Amino acid sequence: MNRQLTQASSASPLATHEPMLDTRHGPILYLEDVSVSFDGFKALNQLSLYITTGELRCLIGPNGAGKTTLMDVITGKTRPDSGAVFFGQRIDLLKLDEPAIAQAGICRKFQKPSVFEALTVFENLELALHTNKNPWHSLFFRLTPQQRERIDEVLTTIGLRKHSQHFAGILSHGQKQWLEIGMLLMQEPKVMLVDEPIAGMTQQEIERTAELLLSLQGQQTIVVVEHDMAFIRTIADKVTVLHEGAVLTEGTMDEIHKDPRVIQVYLGAAC
Amino acid sequence: MKHFLFAHHDNFSRTLVIALATLTIGIPLLTLLTPAESVFHCSAYTLSLLGKYLTFALVSLSLDLVWGYCGILALGHGAFFALGGYVMGMYLMRQIGSRGVYGNPELPDFMVFLNWQELPWYWLGVNHFGVMLLLVGLVPGLLALVFGGLAFRSRVTGVYLSIITQALTYALLLAFFRNEMGFGGNNGLTDFKEILGFNCQSEAVRLGLFFLSGLALLGSYLLCHAVVQSKLGRVVMAIRDQEARVRFLGYRVELYKLWIFVFAAILAGIAGALYVPQVGIINPSEFSPLNSLEIVIWVAIGGRGTLYGAIIGAMLVNYGKTVLTGLLPEAWLYILGSLFVLVTLLLPQGLVGWLRSYTKERSV
Amino acid sequence: MLQCVSYVLLGLSLLFISQAEASDSAASLQASLALLKQSSMTARKQAITQLGEGHQPRSLVILHALLVGQLFILKSTDTMVLAEAQAEQAFTVYAAESNKDLGKFLAAELSKINLTNALRSQVRQLIAELEINAEQPATRLAAVKKCAESVDDHLLSIIKARLPIETDAQVKQAIQQVLLLQDMTQGAKSERIAAMKVLKNQDSLAVVNQLKTFVEKDSEGQFLETDADIRHVAEAALTTITQRMHWYAGIETVFFGLSLGAVLVLSAIGLAITFGVMGVINMAHGELMMLGAYTTYVLQQLLPNHVGLSLLLAIPAAFLLSAVVGMLIERGIIRFLYGRPLETLLATFGVSLLLQQLVRTLFSPLNKSVATPQWLSGSWQVNDFLSLTWNRFYIFVFCLVVFVALMQLLKRTRLGLEVRAVAQNRTMAKAMGIPTAQVDALTFGLGSGIAGVAGVALSQITNVGPNLGQAYIVDSFMVVVFGGVGNLLGTLVAGFSLGIANKFLEPFAGAVLAKILLLIFIILFIQKHPRGLFPQKGRAADS
Repeated sequence: MNRQLTQASSASPLATHEPMLDTRHGPILYLEDVSVSFDGFKALNQLSLYITTGELRCLIGPNGAGKTTLMDVITGKTRPDSGAVFFGQRIDLLKLDEPAIAQAGICRKFQKPSVFEALTVFENLELALHTNKNPWHSLFFRLTPQQRERIDEVLTTIGLRKHSQHFAGILSHGQKQWLEIGMLLMQEPKVMLVDEPIAGMTQQEIERTAELLLSLQGQQTIVVVEHDMAFIRTIADKVTVLHEGAVLTEGTMDEIHKDPRVIQVYLGAAC
Repeated sequence: MKHFLFAHHDNFSRTLVIALATLTIGIPLLTLLTPAESVFHCSAYTLSLLGKYLTFALVSLSLDLVWGYCGILALGHGAFFALGGYVMGMYLMRQIGSRGVYGNPELPDFMVFLNWQELPWYWLGVNHFGVMLLLVGLVPGLLALVFGGLAFRSRVTGVYLSIITQALTYALLLAFFRNEMGFGGNNGLTDFKEILGFNCQSEAVRLGLFFLSGLALLGSYLLCHAVVQSKLGRVVMAIRDQEARVRFLGYRVELYKLWIFVFAAILAGIAGALYVPQVGIINPSEFSPLNSLEIVIWVAIGGRGTLYGAIIGAMLVNYGKTVLTGLLPEAWLYILGSLFVLVTLLLPQGLVGWLRSYTKERSV
Repeated sequence: MLQCVSYVLLGLSLLFISQAEASDSAASLQASLALLKQSSMTARKQAITQLGEGHQPRSLVILHALLVGQLFILKSTDTMVLAEAQAEQAFTVYAAESNKDLGKFLAAELSKINLTNALRSQVRQLIAELEINAEQPATRLAAVKKCAESVDDHLLSIIKARLPIETDAQVKQAIQQVLLLQDMTQGAKSERIAAMKVLKNQDSLAVVNQLKTFVEKDSEGQFLETDADIRHVAEAALTTITQRMHWYAGIETVFFGLSLGAVLVLSAIGLAITFGVMGVINMAHGELMMLGAYTTYVLQQLLPNHVGLSLLLAIPAAFLLSAVVGMLIERGIIRFLYGRPLETLLATFGVSLLLQQLVRTLFSPLNKSVATPQWLSGSWQVNDFLSLTWNRFYIFVFCLVVFVALMQLLKRTRLGLEVRAVAQNRTMAKAMGIPTAQVDALTFGLGSGIAGVAGVALSQITNVGPNLGQAYIVDSFMVVVFGGVGNLLGTLVAGFSLGIANKFLEPFAGAVLAKILLLIFIILFIQKHPRGLFPQKGRAADS
């Protein structure tokens, strides 16, 4: 009964008003003056970034600009040397570890697809399902019909319905990417961090990914890291360019394109 | 509950359950029904031997849960087995009463020998059967809880974890060798007389212990099977393959590892407690790192991550050990050593894995 | 020309004189021995006195033999001989004058020279006198030190007479100490106090023992020393000396700790390469050390009369043997298991069982004793309270030498560069044309070879047996992990600090508990700092 209640209320994530998550001022993610260094190399250099609730933000930048490190900091994998990272107004992400951040509603798709190859596609999605995740609960856990329906729904969305009972290990690279996106959907996050979603996908798959991301726009806050400029152009609302661990510039795709500094950075890095 | 324990067994698993059940009931029944000279009648020696294999199979099963499913190569699993054994040993020592060499009704002989005046606090209460049963699970479970809690929380993994589990059992080995610890030092606990008022040597007790060992193994197998079939089992397997990823799904990895580790430690403790009255002695050598490594090789040979593989492996290796140490005492360590090398190189999935791929090839 | 002749003449005459002197003293030795042969005690007394006057090194030997009953008359030739008892009534006989080996004789062919008690004490005094005036300072020092234990008037007069002509500073100081001790016990009150004030700065057991008698009470609770002033000064002096003794005890503990640390470092350093640099868990590492120790044993069996040489030869031999075995393990097993550390652990554990059992079959399961050469045994007696054993000292030095050599090898050679490159990024190294497979084998051989060398060192301080390796494997892993994997300097620091900590804990906790406490400490430490004392940082370390 209880489970059904949470299920019902979490159907539309933005509708929930959890006491902690306070987004009345607009931004859902605040990063202020964040610095991370590895052995003297500054991966992030006093970076400040604000993501507004419900927006689809694209992050671009040359290699080593700090895109993945930025995601690591938000999801708790890397602790910054200094700076502040807040989820809404009140949740200090630096005080939480990875599972707590995930439970709070920030979920991530990794650059390298990291699905559980020894489990079936269905089981992968079941693990990602938004529910009580303590061991005792898992021991006696059984799927409710609604949850089963939800998994079916996602299976259809990511086009892996007929692979439902196959081990994830046998999927192609692109299918694994889709499965990860599916797992992201299953978690019903408030913020989705998507790291290079279309690497290894066919043109058709890329188009469907773009469609999917656009369809989620407005319901969920999405941050996409991608190198493929054509893809960015199809989905981008607002683009942030990172360079040497800091924000170089922000704006629409067209504005970015004309910015001489961006050209300098990309061509400079390319030469 | 019925659904929880008996669901989702494949053919291998079903065969094993039936075989174990037949063995557990059949051997005692045959022994009771046939006269002493019949081939179906098991001698007390054979019963103890078989009972010992069953307890080894149980500890092997519990290690498979930790290693095969959770990916923690615990090199100190024998410590939990030994602790359970020591709890049982303490109970049995207290049952000796005034029949010891020194005739002291309260103190075991070795304490009288050390000129101790009273029982140490940790010996109080173990003379009650119920308390003993509780402690058999509690002591190993608690050690696993504290040790695992510390290790998993600080994310010690892989070979580091293996080495510190080995250090744990090594430290316990050194500690239990000390007379001042109050567990009989080098000699350990032995010369048991009675269990629940019955003579430890009697055939009835041997039969009973065999039956209980079989029952414990069967029950534990069904329980472990249910655990790995549950969502908890799937989370644990996911942790084994991609620990970091599971964290990002919102699971507290350390709690899952701890759950499995403590559960396995309790099973190992029960195995140890059943083992001690059947062999009649427990001493610090049970803590030796080699013992723990032997458990690992049982699991590896049988095939890890299958549960039944662990049981089959333990039975086969120990049967081989009994036969070979009788025939060629020198050769056993050569064989054990070669087993480690050959199994890891040639049979990474163990006998069960090999059998599975073989039957699969045949059917294709 | 004339001058020339006179020089030659002078030289010749000098030569003649010295020869004459020599023959003269030889004659006197002969005469005293002849006197000694007579059965009358007066004659013997005279002979002994004569021996003393001769001031010959030989007379000292004869007097010693006389005192311990090893001086005999060989009946067949009626000459004086020294005889050492062998088994079954047989004696090895040496000529008393020339020390020439005369062969073996039976007891019945010899007749012992006996002494009365009076004569015996005369001999003893004479020996002391001769020794105090002996040529070698070491003999003089030992003799004076013996005086400090039991001094009588006669000895006192001898050393007093020696003091002004003594040239060796150490002997001089020792004589002064004996005299001061004498003052301290026998002198007038002011002399005693003055003596104590000087002696409290000297590290001598005799002084401590003497001072203690001043502050002790008898069975009725009365002070043995009646003078309260003396007692107070004595107490103060004792406190000063005891403080110094604590200080020395501290130094000794650190020394023992460093030597234990050296053993730990030696056993861990090979592991630091195979585990730390290559990431391979080699459970047979201890057995590679065992092979090194057995190499020492075998070489000693082959060269039984050259203990020192065989030990030195054992170092390269053990390195080669263990390195070859290590490379065989790497080529035969480990290379199939790269990237699967847990499987590597199991397979190499199997190898360790095989090697142990092989040694049991080849050499027996019992421990073998390995001899220690002269220059490694004994100890450096700094003073009465502090002595440092040479073998532990040398192991410490040896450990540092091995460590420095290894560091140089890794830092300065082509192989070292390739090893580090492969350790950091295998694929990239391969792409650069480094033969990674070959480098793997060589690196593993290097680590294994060092284990063998460590085994040679271990053979000097512990039993050589099939279980030698097992005793060190957990310890050496602890050292590597504690120091930080992949960091050789960390291994060094970790080994020494654990060694010293162990030795400081031992007096309070006992050897076993100290070890347990350290194990628990390391387990807790790893929980807190999973990457050890000196962690490797950066992105690579995260994976």
